[in-house]
Amino acid sequence: MSLPSDSTPSKAFCNKESYFDIDDILATQERVPVVFQVPALNLGYLDSSSETNNIEAGAAMELPFWMAKALSTRGKHMVSVDLPNSYKESQREILGAEAGVVNLHKWGPYFYKFGMCLLCFEHPESTDIAKSLLQTLQNRFRGIMDSAQNASYEEIASVTKKLDVLEMSIFRVGQKSIESQLQWEKRQIEKLTVSKVIVNHRKRKRIHIENDQ
Amino acid sequence: MFGLKAIELIKEAKRSQEGTLPPYNEEGIRKVLEEMRALFEQNQAEVNEALEGDQDLFVGIQIRHVALEQNKRCILAYLNHRLETIKQLRWELGSVLPQDVKQNLTTPEAQWFSKYSKGLAKYMRSLGNQGGVDLTLDVRPPKTLHIQVRCLEDHGEFETQDGNIILLKKNSQHFLLRSECEHLIRQGILEHIIT
Repeated sequence: MSLPSDSTPSKAFCNKESYFDIDDILATQERVPVVFQVPALNLGYLDSSSETNNIEAGAAMELPFWMAKALSTRGKHMVSVDLPNSYKESQREILGAEAGVVNLHKWGPYFYKFGMCLLCFEHPESTDIAKSLLQTLQNRFRGIMDSAQNASYEEIASVTKKLDVLEMSIFRVGQKSIESQLQWEKRQIEKLTVSKVIVNHRKRKRIHIENDQ
Repeated sequence: MFGLKAIELIKEAKRSQEGTLPPYNEEGIRKVLEEMRALFEQNQAEVNEALEGDQDLFVGIQIRHVALEQNKRCILAYLNHRLETIKQLRWELGSVLPQDVKQNLTTPEAQWFSKYSKGLAKYMRSLGNQGGVDLTLDVRPPKTLHIQVRCLEDHGEFETQDGNIILLKKNSQHFLLRSECEHLIRQGILEHIIT
């Protein structure tokens, strides 16, 4: 996988995703633990443990990914980046043992996306992380697909709360396809229906009316 | 930490249901712009100092600079998300927006909507040989020219293409030209009946 090679620090988003992509912005907002290698003057207010006006060299804190990336990649070594807890070796072992039972949503709602972003730090364990991400998705995929097509209405909530954002979208696609098939079997596919926008719009309107009363 | 107010805007955009437009968050945007102004002014001052030889300031400048870029990205993404929603509304609701949707648009957004609407109408008129093609019709492939519909609410009188006037009264059923009543079905006034 090639990494962005732009010279400007503005491209904090990973993998050349769309600049406007809301999920990408939220994923790159996740925090990574860093240690400052050089002091940062006049920014002491960002570090609650600092007693001076500055962030001292050696200060450890958590920064959003986009900031950490700008300070550490492409030959700059202002901070050294450590792995977030969810991607450490002990956690990878859990995923290796039985990925299906892990609540990935809790580990980080953007587990896969953020994990791929982390690869740009060229951490010694990067290759292992990449492999673990792929393996995890492979192991969980079957279960996700199965529950998308067969889960009963009551089960859905307990299944989906364990999924990260990417898995959630896979789950939705699976549900949608089974729904379309059922509609086709009942010859409902040709029926013209109310637009989804209108349905959402009406729901909202009803809330407004109820609030006004 | 820098950028948190901007992320609030993004989360708000993410939360909004597909196809609904929440009111423009003027307060939120103003706060982000204030933060950006403060960041910019401090950077401006420190760059001047740094150019006079104080190399240690560069880390702080770099941090503020990426924070500025991040804030910019968030605001632009927020605005872009709204525009995409407005574009979708044009296809679903037609060229006239209901009053309660309209009041959530800012003036520039309303202007953009009317320009987009005009552009789309012009394009649709230019298609085909005569009269153009309405691209918002036939979202599903049509099987028959006429369809059976039932009124879900009192809509008043409706003039069909051949000049007849019919009264769309709640629970009355009609056999209409599909192309004429598709919009009314999409808007939830008529229901398509399949027997």
